[in-house]
Amino acid sequence: MQARLAATDLSCRRGDRLLFRALDFQCDSGAALLISGANGIGKSSLMRILAGLLRPFAGAVERHGNLGLVDDRLALDEALPLGKALAFWEAIDGCRDAGRALEVLDLIDLLDVPVRYLSTGQRKRAALARLLNRNCPIWLLDEPLNGLDTQAQKAFEALIALHCGGGGIAVVASHQPIALPSPQEIELAEFVA
Amino acid sequence: MIGALLRRDLGLLLPGGRGGTGVLPLLFFLAVAMLYPFAVGPDAQLLARTGGGVIWVAALLAAILPLERLVSADLETGVFDQLHLRGVSEELAMASRLLAHWLAFAPLLLLAALPAAALLGLSGETLQTVVLGLLAGTPGLAAVGLIVAALTASLRGGAALAGLMVIPLAVPILIFGAGALSRPDTSGLILTAAISLGLCAIAPFAAGAAIRSAREG
Repeated sequence: MQARLAATDLSCRRGDRLLFRALDFQCDSGAALLISGANGIGKSSLMRILAGLLRPFAGAVERHGNLGLVDDRLALDEALPLGKALAFWEAIDGCRDAGRALEVLDLIDLLDVPVRYLSTGQRKRAALARLLNRNCPIWLLDEPLNGLDTQAQKAFEALIALHCGGGGIAVVASHQPIALPSPQEIELAEFVA
Repeated sequence: MIGALLRRDLGLLLPGGRGGTGVLPLLFFLAVAMLYPFAVGPDAQLLARTGGGVIWVAALLAAILPLERLVSADLETGVFDQLHLRGVSEELAMASRLLAHWLAFAPLLLLAALPAAALLGLSGETLQTVVLGLLAGTPGLAAVGLIVAALTASLRGGAALAGLMVIPLAVPILIFGAGALSRPDTSGLILTAAISLGLCAIAPFAAGAAIRSAREG
């Protein structure tokens, strides 16, 4: 089945504040979507709505295909070595070829290091490794470049291009410039209520 | 998938695990049993008559200790979010957590009831009723603990509140469990087990709903 992610007339309310309203877009197989906007405008909330973790105030999200989310929360056991912490998610995802992602993201040397000792960039790479191992068509990336060095940024941009080239969808919220393959762009400020 | 969940939860919570309170509830339980004779004096008859109840109160309080990190750590780091994306419902995650939580504190407590009974000078018969009662009641205590831990996980100072909330909810278990000591038949034990089963059936759903609502907050 073709992957697809679409939002119709999406509004988001947090507390008693309406963050954005009447947001529409659709992403078909191979599409990239860049969401930009100032801090606190609702990028992360939009990501969580698209992921199905938050109910939209109005509107609907249509989703075909599994999705993976990378945000600022690592969801790895801090006390465990990275290899074992990732192994839990590999078991849940039924991933058999975990080595490739570790190699691509240059994590092999860190497998014995407890997660709590990892730097910001290394943690981000670990989260991206979990995303790759999930092998899902829809990627939701909330500030994926945060903490990554230039080399890792380039490598990850290449991974996104590869993912979209293979029919995947990438939705990226980022405040720093990121190279995406012919992205649609949404400036959230235009939808502020 | 359920196996992986349960393995992780047990690794977190079992004594010697990386996220639980280890043997702390056990030591606390024994400490209460040890303090009581100091407080009321060495009257063997009084100790034997009230000791069973003391063990129950100690067990109830010991069951509160592991609640602080039972749910909140995974909620903060987004583990439940990632599980949700993978089609693992909050209810399933909570059912696995309930089983792991019970396994982490109850068997140790049952074992510790032996030295505690010796400290209080309980008869073999009383000890048997206490152990059977704890066996019937601890699943209910674990269930109440899990529900409360999930409800308070996203609150600041949730741990202290959790302790306060568990106590009234655990009163029925205490009444029938400790009450079995003063009855000649097993009706108290059976009622304790019934309450426990009911609570265990509700717990995954109540705790799962609490986690989902914490997400919206």
